[in-house]
Amino acid sequence: MSDSLDAYLVLSGMLFAIGSFGFLARRNAISMLMSIELMLNGVNLAIVAFGAFGTAASAAAEGSIVALMVMAVAAAEATVGLAIVIAIYRNKKTPLVDEYDSMKQ
Amino acid sequence: MLRRLIPILLALAVLGIVTGIAALMIVALGQDWSDALFWLFAAVMIGSALLVVTMKDIIRCGLAMIVCFGALAGIYVILGAPLIAAAQVIVYIGAISVLILFAIMLTQTKDAPSRLVFQTQAVPAAIASVILVIVVALSIAATDWGEAADRVRLATSDLSRVLFKDYVLPFEIVSVLLLAAVIGGVYLAKREKGGPS
Repeated sequence: MSDSLDAYLVLSGMLFAIGSFGFLARRNAISMLMSIELMLNGVNLAIVAFGAFGTAASAAAEGSIVALMVMAVAAAEATVGLAIVIAIYRNKKTPLVDEYDSMKQ
Repeated sequence: MLRRLIPILLALAVLGIVTGIAALMIVALGQDWSDALFWLFAAVMIGSALLVVTMKDIIRCGLAMIVCFGALAGIYVILGAPLIAAAQVIVYIGAISVLILFAIMLTQTKDAPSRLVFQTQAVPAAIASVILVIVVALSIAATDWGEAADRVRLATSDLSRVLFKDYVLPFEIVSVLLLAAVIGGVYLAKREKGGPS
């Protein structure tokens, strides 16, 4: 089972779906950021699995390199996202996203 | 006291059941170690990911996220990418999780404890996620990927040779992006002088 690409891809799809559920359903902004991290991890697993099972000679190296780039971009995203959440929290005094409706008024 | 112990006992029971199933697979079904470890890590990863999106206490969500990332690092090792597993542990468990836990501690409100965890759209979101899993699984099963007959175990020296020879420009661009993100994060989270504390 651990020698087939399908198992890894289904696993990454499940992780992505769990993350998307969390992003759509949670009220807390930091929970939504954690769900985004879960989704990025699912995509990363798919990339590494495609690289490891690829037919080209350089596929494994390239898959790993793309996964490393995704990790760096995810770190940048987490930094900026959490800074934005903290900046909003300082103004609105709540981490719940359904209270952030001042742009509607 | 006993109520506090219930989650720990529950976690131990789940871990015992999963380990027992893995041992049973090795002994009874004659599968090898990597299969059993794959199932073990996959079960831990999916279970803790579900805990991340469903638990009420957000700091426990953050800790479950660390468990999920650790199990994913194990899956990377089984997949034959040890450098990615090391980067996963360093970047996700070491850096991003700590950042998220700090942000949780900075934004916890004692006066308004939010007992309502989910939005009103939680049920449609759950249905959509289940449908997404089913569609993805069906399309994966229906596709012939043409995968390689024998997998190459990549040495880290080969990987670094490719990274620093052919992919130097993306590497440098990503480092500049990280620097810009760090500066932007410091600027955004900084307190303004004279503003509301």
